[in-house]
Amino acid sequence: MTHNLDLNSVEELAHTRVHDCYQCGKCSAGCPVVERMDILPNQLLRLLQLGRLEKAMAAGAIWECVSCMTCTTRCPKSVDCAGILDALRQLSIEHDVASPAQRRTILFQQTFLDNIRRNGRLAELDLVRKFKTQGFLDDLSVPQLFKDALLGPQMLRRGKLHLRSRRVKDRKLVGRIFARCMADNGRGNGHGGIQGELEA
Amino acid sequence: MEIGYYPGCALHGSSNDYEMSVRACLSTLGVHLRELDDWICCGATAAHSLNRKLAVALPARNLGLAERDGMDELLAPCPMCSAQLMKARCVLAEDQAFRSEISEIVELKVRGTTRVCNLIQIFQRVGYESIQKIAVQRLEGFRPACYYGCLLTRPPGVVQFDDCEHPSSMETLLKGLGAGPVEWNYKTECCGAGMTMSNESTVLELGHRILSNAAAHGANCMVVACPMCHVNLDMKQSAINQRYSAAHDMVVYYLSDLVGLALGISPDALGIPRHFVVRK
Repeated sequence: MTHNLDLNSVEELAHTRVHDCYQCGKCSAGCPVVERMDILPNQLLRLLQLGRLEKAMAAGAIWECVSCMTCTTRCPKSVDCAGILDALRQLSIEHDVASPAQRRTILFQQTFLDNIRRNGRLAELDLVRKFKTQGFLDDLSVPQLFKDALLGPQMLRRGKLHLRSRRVKDRKLVGRIFARCMADNGRGNGHGGIQGELEA
Repeated sequence: MEIGYYPGCALHGSSNDYEMSVRACLSTLGVHLRELDDWICCGATAAHSLNRKLAVALPARNLGLAERDGMDELLAPCPMCSAQLMKARCVLAEDQAFRSEISEIVELKVRGTTRVCNLIQIFQRVGYESIQKIAVQRLEGFRPACYYGCLLTRPPGVVQFDDCEHPSSMETLLKGLGAGPVEWNYKTECCGAGMTMSNESTVLELGHRILSNAAAHGANCMVVACPMCHVNLDMKQSAINQRYSAAHDMVVYYLSDLVGLALGISPDALGIPRHFVVRK
């Protein structure tokens, strides 16, 4: 499903007002990963104010964010900066403009969500296996594939690995929740999700 | 005291040492945990990064289950879970139309009547003085750096817990039990949380800064109340040492470990030998 891309799409998703930002820079000053960002949080806000949504969505920075909520907490204008980065992540995937350099981070989030959709709860070993396999198929990096391989036996020895995780009883219900939320890309009020399902 | 219990995926997975510790500690304090029947994952970072509605629906299903089962309060010892549950509850309280839509999506009426709390709040409910009275051992020699990380106190409007820039609830509790918590600068700086696998270099860098600052201020151990903080500071400590040619040797306890030790519970029963860095 495609949507018109404008500032409203961001504000609707994030439930916050981008134009309230007056560029004090406090979000960037407190950000723990700011040194890794190609475009700083306050600059992302400024790009949005100037209508340059595409540039903001393609920034690697939005995937460096660790969602620690420091920016949102400290904003003197109560702009939910972390919420805006959430919205930018969601939109960048929907419009297929996410930074290619951030493929691994994106792959992890998608694999995680798919794991929940199928199991209801996180099945850790399954997550590691799928993430490692798909990551390797993407970039053929052998060091990445075997990184942390030694942790496995150490975790097993400490009783921290469960070969069979406890799954929820009603897994079909979890699938239905996902389908309804995905139906309109998690947008809007009203009853789009349920209707979409009935029409399908 | 009986309270609803939402363990979350981490505590039923590789952070089972945290669950052992929480259960042992609370049972000694007379808190009975009633696990939420057929709970599902809160969605964590992945949900709020990829689909806003899902980020509300997944926790909302759990809130609905808790209401259906008559739970007034739900303990989520993982701050990621508790923050997602609290956030969903706030969002639903503000918007009635969205609340009915979400109720249809999760096939359960969600009103948002069940309160959600973190582990420290349960200790506060029991009462720090009552805990001191039951304690059998002083925590002499422990100089912990109490680490709150990101989501225990943030965003303050949602979690409404302690001071978001300078929290002190763990220090007060541990001081009362004989420990000597240190003052330091990284109490509320993030450790990288769920990025452990996808973005390891970030997690190692943030962890290195946190461990270095704790040691520089005289801490001989750290205390956390989050499974992800524990993974990033304990399990990843040798990787941090390798990456930065550092020699961190910092034992990282869960808050319930230290309270449990003061209550006379054995380290084994608290799951302490399952940590990666252990006190020699």
